[in-house]
Amino acid sequence: MSQLKNFTKGFLQENPILVLVLGTCPTLATTSSAMNGMGMGLATTFVLFSSNVVISLMSKFIPDKVRIPAFIVVIATFVTIVDLLMQGYTQGLYEKLGIFIPLIVVNCIVLGRAEAYACKNGALSSFLDGLGMGLGFTLALTVLGSIRELLGSGSIFGYKFISGDGILVFVLAPGAFIALGYLIAIVNKIRKA
Amino acid sequence: MEYVLIVIAAIFVNNVVLSQFLGICPFLGVSNKISTSLGMAGAVTFVIVLATIVTYLLQVFVLNTLGLEFMQTIVFILVIAALVQMVEIMLKKLSPALYQALGIFLPLITTNCAVLGVAILVIKKNYNLLEGVVFGASISIGFGLALVIMAGIREQLELANIPKGMKGVPISLITAGILALAFMGFAGIVK
Repeated sequence: MSQLKNFTKGFLQENPILVLVLGTCPTLATTSSAMNGMGMGLATTFVLFSSNVVISLMSKFIPDKVRIPAFIVVIATFVTIVDLLMQGYTQGLYEKLGIFIPLIVVNCIVLGRAEAYACKNGALSSFLDGLGMGLGFTLALTVLGSIRELLGSGSIFGYKFISGDGILVFVLAPGAFIALGYLIAIVNKIRKA
Repeated sequence: MEYVLIVIAAIFVNNVVLSQFLGICPFLGVSNKISTSLGMAGAVTFVIVLATIVTYLLQVFVLNTLGLEFMQTIVFILVIAALVQMVEIMLKKLSPALYQALGIFLPLITTNCAVLGVAILVIKKNYNLLEGVVFGASISIGFGLALVIMAGIREQLELANIPKGMKGVPISLITAGILALAFMGFAGIVK
C-alpha cells in the first residue's frame, strides 16, 4: 500500500509542475502541442527513474561531500543515452524538442528527487518514486500541451476539433506562461477545496 | 554589423527568458526585489561569459579533435559546476563584498539552464569564439533585463488585491505572459 502511494503521489498531491513548480523551463518550452509535451515528459521520466535507481544503489559508496557532482554525472549519462536514442529513433520529435533534450540534465526535478529521495531509500521505492514523479510530470505536460494546442490551433494530438485558426498566441511564447498560470491557479483551487 | 545583429537578436527579439524559456526558475524565484534581481543578473552574466569561453575551447580542442562529441552534455555540465564552485571560492577571497551581495545565488547558477543552454547553442549555431562571447553576454543582458522589469512589476503587485488562488506563482506566470506579449513586438527586427 505504501509503495502504491509512493507511486501515485507524483500525479496530483506532489505533482512536480503543478504543485512543487519545478522544471518550469521545459514545461513552458515544449508544450506547444500535446505530442511534444508527452514526448518531453516520457524522455524525462526515463531519465528520472533510471537515475533514481542507480543513485539509490550507489548512495552507500558515494562520499557525502561529492554527492552532488556524482549525481550530476549519473544523470548526465542517462540524458546522453536518451539523446542518442531519440536522435536515432524519433528524429522528428528530437528536432522539435531540440536543445531541451540535453537540458534535462539541469531539470530541477531530476536532481531534486535524487537528493531528496533516491539517496536515502532502496532501489524499488526509488524506482517507483521516479516513475510516479515522471508520469506526473508527463501528465502535466500533456494536459498543458493539449490545452495550448486546442486553444491555439483547435486540435489535440493533431486531431482537429474546432475548425478555423484558433488563438495563435497560445502556441507562441506568451500563451505558455498564461496557460500554465491559469492551470496552476485551478489546481490550487481544487487542492484547497 | 554582424555583432550588432547578434546583440539585438539575443536581448530583445529572442529574449532568453520570455521567448526561449531558459532560466525560468531564477526568473520566478528571485524577481521579488529589484536589488536582488540585479545581483542575480550580474552573477549570471559573469558565469555565462566564462562558461562560454571554457566550453567552446573544450569543444573545439578536446571533444572535436578526439571525436568525443557525444560526451558534450556530461563534460559541459561538469565544467559549469566546477566553474561556479571556482568563481565562488575566488570571489570569497578577492572580493568579500561582492560575495556577500550575491550570496545564495552563486551556487544556484549551476542549475540555471540558461548557462548550459548558451554553451550548447554557441556550438549548435557554429559561432566562433568572439561571436560566442558576444552572444553569451547579450543573452545575459536580456536575462537581466527581463528579471529587472519583472521585479519592478512584482513590487507593484504586492499592493494589488489578487484572488487567493492566483497569488504567488500563477499571477507571476500570467504577468510574465503579458510581458512576453510585449516583447513579441520586437519580432521581425532581426530575421
